[in-house]
Amino acid sequence: MKKQKNAKAKGSIKLVLKFMRPYYPLIALALLFSVIQIAATLYAPVIIGDAIDYIIGTDNVNLEQVMKRAYILMGLIAAVMVFQWLASLCTNKAAMNTVRDMRCAAFNKLNRVPLSVIDTRAHGDLLSRVVNDTDLISDGLIQGFTQLFSGIVTVVGTIVFMVSLNVSVTLVVVLITPVSICVAYLIARATHNMFKTQQNKRGELSGLTEEALSGIKVVKAFNREEIAQKEFDEVDEELRKVGTKAMFYSALTNPGTRFVNAIVYAAVAVVGALMVIRSPSGAFTVGMLSCFLSYAHQYTKPFNEITGVVTELQTASAAAARVKELLEEKEEPADDGLPALEYCDGSIEIEHADFSYVPSRPLIKDLNLSVLPGKRVAIVGPTGCGKTTLINLLMRFYDVQSGRILISDTPVTDITRSSLRGAYGMVLQDSWIFRGTVAENIAYGKPDATREEIENAAKRAHIHSFIEKLEKGYDTVIDDEGSSISQGEKQLLCIARIMLTQPPMLILDEATSNIDTRTEQKIQSAFAAMMKGRTSFVIAHRLSTIADADLILVMRDGNVIEQGTHAELLGRGGFYAELYNSQFV
Amino acid sequence: MHKLLGFLKGYRAVTVLGPLFKLLEAVGELIIPLVVARIIDVGIAGGNSAYVWKMGGVMLALGAAGLALAISAQYMAARASTGFGTNLRGALYRHIHSLSLSELDRFGTAGLLTRINSDTVQAQTGVAMFIRLVLRAPFLVAGALVMAISISPKISVIFLITAVIVSIILWLVMSRTAPYYRKIQANLDEVSLLTRETLSGARVVRAFSNQETEQRDFFASAESLKKKNVKATALSALLNPLTYAVINLAVIAVLYFGGKTVETGNLKQGDVIALVNYLSQILLALVVTANLAVTFTKASASAARINEVFAVTPKIIDSATEAPEPKDGSAKLSFENVSFSYYEGGRSALSDISFSLNKGETLGVIGSTGSGKSTLANLIPRFYDASGGEIKVDGANVKDYPMRELRRKIGIVPQKAMLFSGTLRDNLKFGNENATDEQLFGALEAAQALDFVQKLPDGLNSEVARGGKNFSGGQRQRLTVARALASEPEILILDDSSSALDYATESRMRHAIEKLPFKPAVILISQRAFSLMHATKILVLEDGAAAGYGTHSELLESCDVYREICKSQTKTEENDNDGRAQEQL
Repeated sequence: MKKQKNAKAKGSIKLVLKFMRPYYPLIALALLFSVIQIAATLYAPVIIGDAIDYIIGTDNVNLEQVMKRAYILMGLIAAVMVFQWLASLCTNKAAMNTVRDMRCAAFNKLNRVPLSVIDTRAHGDLLSRVVNDTDLISDGLIQGFTQLFSGIVTVVGTIVFMVSLNVSVTLVVVLITPVSICVAYLIARATHNMFKTQQNKRGELSGLTEEALSGIKVVKAFNREEIAQKEFDEVDEELRKVGTKAMFYSALTNPGTRFVNAIVYAAVAVVGALMVIRSPSGAFTVGMLSCFLSYAHQYTKPFNEITGVVTELQTASAAAARVKELLEEKEEPADDGLPALEYCDGSIEIEHADFSYVPSRPLIKDLNLSVLPGKRVAIVGPTGCGKTTLINLLMRFYDVQSGRILISDTPVTDITRSSLRGAYGMVLQDSWIFRGTVAENIAYGKPDATREEIENAAKRAHIHSFIEKLEKGYDTVIDDEGSSISQGEKQLLCIARIMLTQPPMLILDEATSNIDTRTEQKIQSAFAAMMKGRTSFVIAHRLSTIADADLILVMRDGNVIEQGTHAELLGRGGFYAELYNSQFV
Repeated sequence: MHKLLGFLKGYRAVTVLGPLFKLLEAVGELIIPLVVARIIDVGIAGGNSAYVWKMGGVMLALGAAGLALAISAQYMAARASTGFGTNLRGALYRHIHSLSLSELDRFGTAGLLTRINSDTVQAQTGVAMFIRLVLRAPFLVAGALVMAISISPKISVIFLITAVIVSIILWLVMSRTAPYYRKIQANLDEVSLLTRETLSGARVVRAFSNQETEQRDFFASAESLKKKNVKATALSALLNPLTYAVINLAVIAVLYFGGKTVETGNLKQGDVIALVNYLSQILLALVVTANLAVTFTKASASAARINEVFAVTPKIIDSATEAPEPKDGSAKLSFENVSFSYYEGGRSALSDISFSLNKGETLGVIGSTGSGKSTLANLIPRFYDASGGEIKVDGANVKDYPMRELRRKIGIVPQKAMLFSGTLRDNLKFGNENATDEQLFGALEAAQALDFVQKLPDGLNSEVARGGKNFSGGQRQRLTVARALASEPEILILDDSSSALDYATESRMRHAIEKLPFKPAVILISQRAFSLMHATKILVLEDGAAAGYGTHSELLESCDVYREICKSQTKTEENDNDGRAQEQL
């Protein structure tokens, strides 16, 4: 178990190192600068101690010598100032660049994984890996690492300086201080579980609020505000209790280590003073004692900080493991070497296709389908019968598990995905709008479209006059959350997108479900004009809108159970006839 | 931030005592350099080893006392800050529930969630750090100043100047970096938005093969975030070196002027050491504060975001205490010249709407996308308040009802079928905690959901995943209808709540609702003419105004818009010479 954990941590550190590699020179500079800065910082007390030894008592002060030391001290101050700043500049730059690279890598990964990853995993979780975890890595691994490094240099440097001054007092400092590490370690171990519980409670609370707020209309409609508040307060109170404990116990570290420091300080003062008294020859001076006292401070500081660094490193390595997991997600098989689909006549052939989202629940079994070029195909059937799955397979959002799909007599696996998908224009029930201007949203499939082309597309989608009425017309910024445009208007924008790209084939999955029938009909005629001689697939609930299709596929439980024209199917008196007649009950 | 301090309520004592203990601890720390000075000036100067040992003991005792004080202070800080966080979260949640939809729209669900779940934690951390660490700095600086004055009033001038300069530096750097952090936060929001969009629009991105554009946009955003971060950290990294320089220049000044004063016999060597020690203590305290600057900038930014929500007062006020007596002979629900616009002075979403509806009757509402159908439904349970005219339930204005009473009378099925995590039974009992299973089954039956619920292995005890994701769209819609029916409302609002159902199911549901024993007045919103052609009255909306009001046959006679809608929905049948639909209409 522990070994596994170690291997995992190692893996995540390796990942961070990989991303840091381009910035090694920056990091090397940062380390060099901090060594210089620390050396200067540590040398300062020696100079100050020296100066103090020239200030002995009444009529016994060598001001000239004191001033000499003062000039050296000024040089040291300048060095510390410049190099400390440069060191943090280099560290930050390296850290921020690494984060940027990791973020982009994680984001790009999201565009390369099979759609099943995005469909099945919580978006919030994926989001936090791209946005938050990468930040934690920079805070922890990179800054933590440099802090650790400068801590070690400080400790080693202090020991060197102290030994050069006096060995026995050095021993006092070196031997007592590590006690603070033990104290810190014990506390950290005890608090680890409390933090975990706290994290879980926070997760619970956030789940609770997310649900209540996204359904706030329902909460209000059913007078559930008080109940929601009560549930919230209960979890919140538990969080308070756990949080207080976690915070208190972890906050013990600082007083604990500081107490150890106080002991070190007292010991140095006593031992040092006794040595001054016993060595009248001046082997150990008061100035040296003062110097040791400030070293006692310097030396213990990294030990006090070590716990903070350790927690940061732990959080960061957990975050790195989460990012690593995302980055190691299997990608859609590369199709770089494959040819693009050059010509598409619009014929589709599905042969013995089997497919299921979950192996234990087979959905599509031995599906066979042949669509001639230019035909209008309607797919009908009850919810969950596999209509949308069929679309997923046509677009290669998912791949069939056995059997094959041919487009223009070419197996879809033999051409690039982008050329296959480019052959279809797709409008889905859930319309997708990104933050940007209306024009940008319409031109999503053709970014170099002129304003005129965009407006024409909008006109054909019957959304032009609505857009004109917006505050800034086509330059109005919209997003998916805003309530400034309705579901129906969003859907019309998505339709305008397709009107602009004019693809050779069309997929409409409940594309007009949020649009009223009058507008829908106008759009249908625009679609019809556009689709003349092109293959199209239409899923719709309104049977009236699909009755004039060339081919109607009636699906049930993952299979096409009936196919034919409207008249044929009605004549057959089967499932389709039953569905069709029911709307006029 | 200070606006939120009221949420320390209940924790006032610990909030005051915590810093007080910190103050005492600081006093102890400030005595230590004095003790060291005594060791040098009395112990070493007089060669008195016993005195040195005694003073060593005093230092240890001071350390132990400091430990005890610090632990108590940490405990109080933990209690105060987590208590603060819990109070704040609870109040924020309550406030959010008190707001009406028009106010909530402004923040968006995501915005509110971040405020509840992460901004409150930032603010809480701010409070904890304030009590635990920040107060130490001013205490130590002030204390050191007092001590310096007691040692040498003349030299204490150096301390005073140092304190002033360091404060100016702190203020300058922090005030300069604060705007950067705000910009960074905004940029981070953008990075999240882009990630969210690429997740929610995965299908569209791939359909248009726009992965590269997505990646380019993301890189641009991540790059500009990096640049801002590098700039901000470069600025805040100035803090430490500058403070170090100022303090050490002060040390030089103390050595020089101290040396001069020792020469004249007005100061001792140990005093000079004590003064230097005080300066390094101040430096350490300030460094801690400087490192916390980021925490505070973040906390105050979070506090500002939280205050934005608190600053919004609900426009819809629930002032009535008692439900008005129903007036005899008045309609169950009536609209009298009602008009409404979402923004003051904005385009009116509804204008001059009037109708009345009795128990057991059905009002059909039809109209194109964006014609104001849902808006009309939203006004009845006072999700929004009408801007003009009156809405009456049982003859009394809806504003005269206590909100709970009003909403208890209304069963609403929103367009977006939203279920909550818990069991199916919990969900169905939403509007009526005391509903029996028999009632629930009745509601399910009417909603045409009994079939599939009975097929579930756990029946009513089946778990519902967050948002109802484990049910299909059509199932969710039927369950939300059942949920509304279970509370046996006097007014039932169906807002296009059968869009995901096939015609057969929908018409069965409609018939079952007509036969409900508690005879609700039904508002039936739909885009399908045949869904509501049997309604008692039909209201045809066009651009927020009534284009027609009457029975199906009256409207066919008199209302152009209605005729056009009906025609658009039967056109294909006409083409097919089917004629049945036409006959029905």
